[in-house]
Amino acid sequence: MTYEELLSLEPYSLSQVRKNELFVELLGALTEKHRQMSYCYADIIRTLGYDRKEFQTVQDIPFLPVRLFKHLDLMSIPKENIFKMMTSSGTSGQQVSKIYLDKETASWQQKTLAKIVSSFIGTSRLPMIILDCPSVLKNRHSFSARGAGILGFSMFGRKSIYALDDNMDLQYEVVRDFLQEHKGEDILLFGFTFMVWKYFLQAVKDRNLFFDLSNGFLLHGGGWKKLAQESVSNEQFRQELAKICGLKYVHSYYGMVEQTGPICMECEAGHLHVSNCSDIIMRRSRDFSPCDIGEPGIVQVLTPMPQSYPGHSLLTEDEGVLLGVDDCPCGRKGKYFKIMGRLANAELRGCSDTYAVGK
Amino acid sequence: MERLCMLQKDDGQVLPALPVFSSLVESFLQKLSACLMTDLLAKGYPDVITFAFFCRRSHIRQLAQKFAGTGERLGRGLVFHIAPSNVAMNFAYSWVAALLAGDASVVRLPSKSFPQVEIICKAVRQVLADMPELVPYIYFLRYGHDEDVNTALSALCSTRVIWGGDKTIREIRNFPLGIRANEIVFADRFGLAVIDGDDYLRSDNPERIAQDFFNDTYLSDQNACNSPRFVIWLGRNKVQARVKFWQQLQDLLDNHYELGPVQAVDKLVKTCLLGAECECKLQDTANNLLTRVEVKSLTRKLIEYTGNSGFFIEYEADELTDIKPVLTERCQTISYYGVVKEDILSVVKDSGCRGGDRIVPMGRTLDFSLIWDGYNLISAMSREIDVV
Repeated sequence: MTYEELLSLEPYSLSQVRKNELFVELLGALTEKHRQMSYCYADIIRTLGYDRKEFQTVQDIPFLPVRLFKHLDLMSIPKENIFKMMTSSGTSGQQVSKIYLDKETASWQQKTLAKIVSSFIGTSRLPMIILDCPSVLKNRHSFSARGAGILGFSMFGRKSIYALDDNMDLQYEVVRDFLQEHKGEDILLFGFTFMVWKYFLQAVKDRNLFFDLSNGFLLHGGGWKKLAQESVSNEQFRQELAKICGLKYVHSYYGMVEQTGPICMECEAGHLHVSNCSDIIMRRSRDFSPCDIGEPGIVQVLTPMPQSYPGHSLLTEDEGVLLGVDDCPCGRKGKYFKIMGRLANAELRGCSDTYAVGK
Repeated sequence: MERLCMLQKDDGQVLPALPVFSSLVESFLQKLSACLMTDLLAKGYPDVITFAFFCRRSHIRQLAQKFAGTGERLGRGLVFHIAPSNVAMNFAYSWVAALLAGDASVVRLPSKSFPQVEIICKAVRQVLADMPELVPYIYFLRYGHDEDVNTALSALCSTRVIWGGDKTIREIRNFPLGIRANEIVFADRFGLAVIDGDDYLRSDNPERIAQDFFNDTYLSDQNACNSPRFVIWLGRNKVQARVKFWQQLQDLLDNHYELGPVQAVDKLVKTCLLGAECECKLQDTANNLLTRVEVKSLTRKLIEYTGNSGFFIEYEADELTDIKPVLTERCQTISYYGVVKEDILSVVKDSGCRGGDRIVPMGRTLDFSLIWDGYNLISAMSREIDVV
């Protein structure tokens, strides 16, 4: 089966047994392809001890730490085939990930995303409110993760508006008029979790405003790290949105710029699901062996999608826990899981870099 | 602070500098040592007990013989110490060195609260009650990132001692020193270990050697300036020696070392980056507690790829001089097992390299010495009077 054939299936139809068979073949071939096309990747996996060309199980596929994309230019295509480069949204001064796409991988990203999201919201394009500011999309040649997210999800909307101006202030009249114009229609809302909470919901609350979003479907992602700092849980997030705007359909997703496209969506039962297009393995820090169901570990993400860069098997810096396989009450097949957040940073002993730390 | 500024205005009139290794300081340290040895709380902290041993009269006299020199020396005046925030006991050694050199001290204590610091402070207070004449020589402060305090103390001191590595040094260098002041800085550095495989295989106590190596490395998460990041093998039977050495260490690690997830990922990142940079191979180990990457050649570039929490760059050398490329100014401590120390010294001297400030037996990289990081602390914190 090719990736395109995989894409043509219902997105949550593969049982784990069937997926394992397919993925070991697809990912094994992809590992070999990247090894041939990227010297850097070949050097790295040789260093890690992967010399064999065949893998017994998906767990045997070598994984790269996702942070490598910040340090190295990893690509498996000739430079002239680069169609676009994506970067992660690092805060100023931080190094950002650089992901190189050719036309094929870029198009597969879109098709994959479309397949997954439309299984939740349907295939027709909905009036869309982007809960962010327009300036995120200023530089069209180098997309930040936020920009890429907005651009990627915009294909599910029409007549989109931005709810915030470039000062991150809520555009009350704009949103109100938009909702008036589309009264009775389903509305798509998209934003980054923290932006939704801080600049939309808090502004609505602080200014005693009201929007009727009972026909709305909110898709949000981008991590709970900042919200966890403000001690906001997923449940609280959903409750507040329901209470203040009547928003009932709230789905988070788990994804990253290094694997744009095959995102993991939160189902009606509140679980994140891998689709047919990706898989997930939680690993123990002690020896990187796979965790059991219910045992928290380091999240590894796999997808046979990326052809232009060796990002098909990545060890993230997130902590997650596998909740079950093939048996979510929502009926979707495959693995479902929960993300706990970023890996806890241990404070090292030793005498270096001390005064400056914590500034 | 005010009391301190007043004292310094008279420039030595009110607060005289002491001679190096003064008898006053010697008896103070003897009392401090006794006080710590009988402190029930201190018994729980081996690093405090080691410090108490360091301060014993007999040890101080040994040091005096070695370091007092033949010339006439007096303390420079006031030493301002910035202690590392994540190591408990460095502040105490830094301060005692200044005391032995004849100086008053202002110490910025570690920001992290360590029980060891409390124990030392309590004992110092107790001993000072009997020796009020030393009170003006000892100030332990705890303060945040306060620019005014740093500015005032930097302007006031005759010697500034900065522990804590590159970032801290850069930060503190924003505060100008007085014209006559000097500075002792401890930058980010690394260590390497050289082991003769044949000698190792002949040893009848491999457990002890593993423990020594563990103390040099894992005890400080391999993050101290003296921790070996490179392990260089010599001798004929390197392969066999390596298998045995790492197996012994692994046995120890499995029961005595905790590895956080971020550390495990960090080590994988380092391995991959090293793999992208040079020809090397990750060696099989039982788990992530121990990460060994064998390189085909030792180059200066490798220094950028060293790691911690049990990340070792290994190299099989034909001869000792092969270590030259990594003896850069960032290399501090060369620890050895089964290698003749004079031979190591020759390599350092003959090559004229910028690194290799300490050559110590395996297991003793963390032992404090008055010669540290290339400085003779006594002479750096005192002045010699030339009498013609």
